[in-house]
Amino acid sequence: MTIETKPQVDSRSSVTYTDARLNANIPAGPIEQKWSKHKFEMKLVNPANRRKYTIIVVGTGLAGGAAAATLGEMGYNVQAFCYQDSARRAHSIAAQGGINAAKNYRNDGDSVYRLFYDTIKGGDFRAREANVYRLAELSVNIIDQCVAQGVPFAREYSGYLDNRSFGGAQVARTFYARGQTGQQLLIGAYQSLSRQVAAGTVKLNERTEMLDVIVIDGRARGIITRDMVTGKIESHVADAVILATGGYSNVFYLSTNAKGCNVTAAWRAHKRGAFFANPCYTQIHPTCIPVSGDHQSKLTLMSESLRNDGRVWVPKQAGDNRAPEQIPEDERDYYLERRYPSYGNLAPRDISSRAAKQVCDEGRGVGPGGLGVYLDFSDAIKRLGENAIRARYGNLFDMYERITGENPYKSPMRIYPAVHYTMGGLWVDYNLMSTIPGLFVGGEANFSDHGANRLGASALMQGLADGYFVLPSTIGNYLATGGYDKVDQSHPAVQEALNEVTQRTQKLLDINGTRSVDSFHRELGNIMWEYCGMSRTKEGLTHALKLIPELREQFWNDVRVLGSGNELNQELEKAGRVADFIELGELMCRDALERAESCGGHFREESQTPDGEALRNDDEYCYVSAWEHMGDPSQAVLHKENLEFENVKLATRSYK
Amino acid sequence: MKITVNVWRQKNAKTKGTIVKYNVDHVSPDMSFLEMLDVLNQQLIARGEEAIAFDHDCREGICGSCGVVINGYAHGGQQATTTCQLHMRSFKDGDEITVEPWRAKAFPVIKDLVVDRGAFDRIIRAGGFISAGTGSAPDANSTPVAKESADLAFDAAQCIGCGACVAACPNASAMLFTAAKVSHLGLLPQGQPERKTRVLNMVAQMDTEGFGGCTNIGECSAACPKEIGLHFIGRLNRDLLGASLTGGSSVD
Ligand SMILES: Cc1cc2nc3c(=O)[nH]c(=O)nc-3n(C[C@H](O)[C@H](O)[C@H](O)COP(=O)(O)OP(=O)(O)OC[C@H]3O[C@@H](n4cnc5c(N)ncnc54)[C@H](O)[C@@H]3O)c2cc1C
Ligand code: SF4
Ligand code: FES
Repeated sequence: MTIETKPQVDSRSSVTYTDARLNANIPAGPIEQKWSKHKFEMKLVNPANRRKYTIIVVGTGLAGGAAAATLGEMGYNVQAFCYQDSARRAHSIAAQGGINAAKNYRNDGDSVYRLFYDTIKGGDFRAREANVYRLAELSVNIIDQCVAQGVPFAREYSGYLDNRSFGGAQVARTFYARGQTGQQLLIGAYQSLSRQVAAGTVKLNERTEMLDVIVIDGRARGIITRDMVTGKIESHVADAVILATGGYSNVFYLSTNAKGCNVTAAWRAHKRGAFFANPCYTQIHPTCIPVSGDHQSKLTLMSESLRNDGRVWVPKQAGDNRAPEQIPEDERDYYLERRYPSYGNLAPRDISSRAAKQVCDEGRGVGPGGLGVYLDFSDAIKRLGENAIRARYGNLFDMYERITGENPYKSPMRIYPAVHYTMGGLWVDYNLMSTIPGLFVGGEANFSDHGANRLGASALMQGLADGYFVLPSTIGNYLATGGYDKVDQSHPAVQEALNEVTQRTQKLLDINGTRSVDSFHRELGNIMWEYCGMSRTKEGLTHALKLIPELREQFWNDVRVLGSGNELNQELEKAGRVADFIELGELMCRDALERAESCGGHFREESQTPDGEALRNDDEYCYVSAWEHMGDPSQAVLHKENLEFENVKLATRSYK
Repeated sequence: MKITVNVWRQKNAKTKGTIVKYNVDHVSPDMSFLEMLDVLNQQLIARGEEAIAFDHDCREGICGSCGVVINGYAHGGQQATTTCQLHMRSFKDGDEITVEPWRAKAFPVIKDLVVDRGAFDRIIRAGGFISAGTGSAPDANSTPVAKESADLAFDAAQCIGCGACVAACPNASAMLFTAAKVSHLGLLPQGQPERKTRVLNMVAQMDTEGFGGCTNIGECSAACPKEIGLHFIGRLNRDLLGASLTGGSSVD
């Protein structure tokens, strides 16, 4: 298959490209004006013509749900898909802590510019300035929109909206709805989506999994899906396709993501020509409940907001097994407060996670296996009373107790880092379009706004900015520009994609080997966590690159998928996802190996300062890595989009 | 510990189901209930038998995907706990546990423990929203909302749409689910313009879907993992009465 990739040289833009296909299409002009100017310059689709365009939206999380609802309101003919039984269950529902917005309702010095700056710095200077500025700008509209939909954000007694602080920021700009912010935002988007389903502009296809993208004449023109109840494999054609299919943390098997989160949609798009950007940038969240045994199926996050009032510590002495209450104050090491006095317990995630790993590696970890640190609320309870703490975090404390059987009001929580979020994703330009024209990517599935590390409460913001505001504008421009023919199901490319998916599905069922899908997934997870997790080395990554292809070989010879393809078959669903994770794992290790610097969540042991902090190398690595598929992950070709900083000076990221 | 589980196995919507007995050894008290089913499924696969199908996703008690009837109780009967958050430490060595899908006419079984809860989505589509198109919103702080109303709206908004209320109700009524949504939106100033049509349309859809009537038994709220209170059903009834009297018009 050939893909037309005419280099588009854009004279307006100030960015230089290592590869012409990676034209970010950043509008010219001062950063504050780029988005408004771009909105004005983009072509529009006449309202009366919109229903003639079909747009496929895969994913009903914050990004996809918001995009589908808004495009439906605008009058487009939208086809939406999700793998859950209801759009309301997308993984966004699990977000706890909050959503950032530069409202400055606190009058504490916040502004669009500060949110922009914090996000660029938080991302360790590996994100595109123009995208991040737009995100900060749109953040304020998101809160307005959500309140209008009936999202019950926390309020003060005055009736006005309340805020809290999150890691990596010194202002209180996080809006929240108790510990269930993602749930409330998603229900808001789901309600708007439901309204459009009732209005007939959106057709919702639940329990339907996307298994391929249809590319015709170099453009994305539809998708192939499998109905998860009947097993029917079908094609859907459209004028444009949006992927909002979330992140790929589950490549590690154990993560805080929902069990069904997968990379399949993004990976199939990658195999059809969409470049995959920064696959090795993963976020390890510092506050999760530690693993309790081999049966562990997923990890549970304890919201970062807990670090507002909880203090993190371990014993000063390695091997100190006393109960926490019996360790006197002067024998405790509040290592975050010690090492990062100005941010203390609110140091960003990558830094806090690494610090936890370091103290555990020194033998000072607590709990079974020594893989844990304390998160202690006793000071806050003394200061504010148990009721105040219950009002702030009651549901999180209850959750902790349900899972561990321990009461965190009485003894400190035990926490340990866990994989949580993936900053990498499909490469997109300023319009959120991938390297396949007509294929747009929003939310966690794209790579765009968080650089090498995402700040807390910024994923919800990005998902909704993409869904409510960015995609509905940029897609219109793409459609109005036109230049492609109508196609229907009979097109040979549609048939070819259908056949490929059918054959692959059958192949998984025919192997009839001896090992379960989960056993392969766990093994992959172990390899990834060991060699491509919190800290990475050349040696380890090279070793992983030997192990993963062997695992892939075994998988395709020995996996056991029982049952048939014509019915609900959860093992078959998992098998397809794990097959893709194995390939992605290889690309992640290649990307991590290639980036011989430390930045954000990517820590290369070879690149650190004498006191163990990450050492960035801007001279050699100030770029986005974008990988092109060439038949096999081992053959993927690296393209680079150079990052230029015109507004923010590249600086060492310090939270000391 | 060792556990015996009696699980409802049903190949698809058209075939009849039956209870099948399995033994699960090496159950750790730290396992969640679903992790125990994972372990059982691995055993089944090793023996060449098909795994038991069950819905689940977040495993954190928030997505509302999971939900089975355990020993006769929706989600197992532990207060404020979804099936995925139920842990094996609440069972003891040698226990025999019966696991069945939600049983309700409006929730047909798809396979084993998986049911079709699409009726809930259709109730929301009938009116469970505020018609605030993207881009039309005023500044978020332009309408203060009394903290008490906002908190109460939040309590109702916590519903995860799991369906346990229906499964627990002898009449298989969806009243608690519907009341939660009607109350969430009806308690906020933004939800006022559509308040009357909302309740009328949602209740009409609830009836169309084949859910039973509410006779104030209260099993729903007892089974609800989010502890949605019965007082919200009172709110729905008041709204319904008011709306019926004016024929849905918001001008009294
Ligand atoms: C426990 C937890 C807590 C978090 N807390 C916060 C927080 O407090 N603040 C914050 O900003 N961020 C938080 N995050 C991150 C944030 O929740 C996510 O990054 C964000 O919600 C992702 O939204 P999304 O719309 O991109 O994707 P998702 O919500 O993951 O949605 C993906 C959608 O794609 C569909 N899909 C996927 N693959 C396919 C396929 N092959 N075929 C069909 N459909 C498919 C799914 O059905 C789903 O509808 C948290 C994350 C976790 C795990
Ligand atoms: S009201 Fe409670 S039991 Fe019923 S669907 Fe909502 S959360 Fe589940
Ligand atoms: S799996 Fe999400 S609520 Fe149980």
